[in-house]
Amino acid sequence: MRRQAVCSAATLTSSTPLKGMSKFPSERSVSLGFVLLAVVCLVFADLSITTLDPWTEMQRMATGFVTPNFFAVSNIGRVLLQTIAFAMCGVALGAFFGFFLAQVFHVALVRWSCAFVRAIHELFWALILLQILGLTPLTGVLAIAIPYAGICAKVYAETLEESQPSVLQVLPIGSGIVSTFFFARLPDVWVHIKNYTSYRFECGLRSSAVLGFIGLPTLGFYLETAFSEGNYSEAGAMLLLFYALIASLRFWLRPRLLGFYLVAAPFLLGEGASIRFDNVVRFFTSDIVPAPLRGNDLALAQTWSSFGDWIQLLLVDQALPGIIATLLLTQIALVCTGFLTLALFPLISDKFFGKFGRTVGQLLLIVLRSTPEFILAYIFLQLWGPSMLPAIVALSLHNSAIIGHLIGRYSHSLVLRPDSPKGFNLYGYEILPRVYGQFLAFLFYRWEVIMRETAILGILGIATLGFYVDSAMADIRLDRAILLILITALLNIFIDSLSRYFRSRLRLSQQVEYS
Amino acid sequence: MFKFDNEALGYKGVTVLNGISLDIKAGEKIALVGESGAGKSTLLMALQSRYSANSAFIPQNPGLVRTLSVFHNIYMGSLNRHSTFYNLVNLIKPKKNEIALISPIAEKLGLIDKLFTRSGELSGGQQQRAAVCRALFQGGDAVLGDEPVSAVDSLQSRVIIQALCDNFETVVLALHDVELALEYSTRIIGIKNTQIALDAPTSSLQRSDLDVLYTA
Repeated sequence: MRRQAVCSAATLTSSTPLKGMSKFPSERSVSLGFVLLAVVCLVFADLSITTLDPWTEMQRMATGFVTPNFFAVSNIGRVLLQTIAFAMCGVALGAFFGFFLAQVFHVALVRWSCAFVRAIHELFWALILLQILGLTPLTGVLAIAIPYAGICAKVYAETLEESQPSVLQVLPIGSGIVSTFFFARLPDVWVHIKNYTSYRFECGLRSSAVLGFIGLPTLGFYLETAFSEGNYSEAGAMLLLFYALIASLRFWLRPRLLGFYLVAAPFLLGEGASIRFDNVVRFFTSDIVPAPLRGNDLALAQTWSSFGDWIQLLLVDQALPGIIATLLLTQIALVCTGFLTLALFPLISDKFFGKFGRTVGQLLLIVLRSTPEFILAYIFLQLWGPSMLPAIVALSLHNSAIIGHLIGRYSHSLVLRPDSPKGFNLYGYEILPRVYGQFLAFLFYRWEVIMRETAILGILGIATLGFYVDSAMADIRLDRAILLILITALLNIFIDSLSRYFRSRLRLSQQVEYS
Repeated sequence: MFKFDNEALGYKGVTVLNGISLDIKAGEKIALVGESGAGKSTLLMALQSRYSANSAFIPQNPGLVRTLSVFHNIYMGSLNRHSTFYNLVNLIKPKKNEIALISPIAEKLGLIDKLFTRSGELSGGQQQRAAVCRALFQGGDAVLGDEPVSAVDSLQSRVIIQALCDNFETVVLALHDVELALEYSTRIIGIKNTQIALDAPTSSLQRSDLDVLYTA
């Protein structure tokens, strides 16, 4: 009798629920769909290796990295200081404005503006600002500060929104919004905001290093020189110091020292050309105006028909192939990132490896995630020549190291029964099913980041949107460059909302702890 | 002081209590009793949201900021008495005169040695006492408390309730301890099946009169 009752209850639960949800594919079929899509993309992707002798070069590079020459770079200390200084100023400004924007984030205009500025990559901001402000420290600082303000505003606002402390209910009437904020709201979320901001600073260091590739006096500038001259021991030394800098962050990024850093940083940015006001004016009044409209009579039909041709040519010849290449590369890199993550996370998980094994795994992941994907792509591009292959490998390595780190840490919280299986059985039956939701959530969050990076890798010569932006900038056709950047931003916002759609339909959520 | 006239009370669109009529006069010490889930909290919340202008509130979840010290949590009861600038200065560096004002209250409820401990590090009973201190420091004509002594021992319960009765003219407390209710209140309101099932002066009630609230 009793047994029967249990049985019928079980059938009931397995057949009735999931109403409304059943129409949407499961995690499994969504994953499968993405993999299939990536396979189709692979057919159209250019994966050729065009360099004559990639293996010899690879050997030379590897030799260089294991024999780093710390004395080859004459002013390595200054280079690192400048890299830190740009990150410090940029992130501080971004976090400061982000904090204020977070207070008014409920205003639709603020929300949209923030989505827009963060959809444009730091390097694109730098390319734009170069035209306005020239090669000045301010260009580098703002290139970090502007998109970071948009990102910080969003994250701070979400953090504040999630915390609805019960203390708000008991405050006496007339406590004032400022006092209420500092006594009742901020203390509750302060730790999260602090952790997130220091995570942002780590990202800022990578952004700052990469800005060197377009001429600012940070690590990337010297790294590119070393690579192009084949001084791999020198490049290896610089990268090793950069890893050491990031790995030691928690020792030197102390709250007590922050005031000192913030005061000192602006003086370490170095000097640049002075900002010319007429450049600023020209940029806004002439440079970015589409060429057919510039100086022509806007009342004439002729002007507008040539403007139509201009737009059409730009869209068909540049934007469209750029968008296709960007999306192809994004989808392939996303799926590769997923597979690589699933392979990497056990390396740092206490469910699979002992202390020694995990330390080795940690080291590998730190190196992979501390190397900006732009620099990774640059290295592979030197080895294999310009195709999608270097970009796919670089994006997958960097992003899977980031997600693998988070999933590995998440797996520590799982409690297994004492007689659980070992090895691959443990992985397949116990761990993977439990972390898969988190894994998909992180991967979907990363989707939009991967797309933004994919676009920017065009600067290195891969035919994504960034390639066309960079070419237009080089031809001083800023009107085209700006329009292409706008298109890239819209594509990014589209991917972001698509990712949000999948996350909400699959009911994926994540609690990221940045520390 | 407080008045409801045949009203339905609830939250987030869900009605918990029906046809509530209630008239509470200044000076009354009221105990709300009834099974857990009967709607005592709903009634208190309704009173609080309507009459919060001059009354202090002690919610069941003590409503403390866990990362701030006990001192700051108590001080929060007086945020509306000072300028924003004064509040922020006191947040960064506690002012001597505020410490002097708050210390006796913390002393009375046995929290003086925890004054600069983060409230999140306190035990449940200590947190509850900190919330009571905040209400005492806030002051006002009335205090509304939702099980303010649920996590402390019977001796401390009496100290807390006595302190609340001494400092506030009107007191409304939800209490699960019927003995305490009979001991300190002047009037007992019993809630059962979404309605007021009992409303009488405490002097007219026996312990056994309350049993009806707790039987099915």
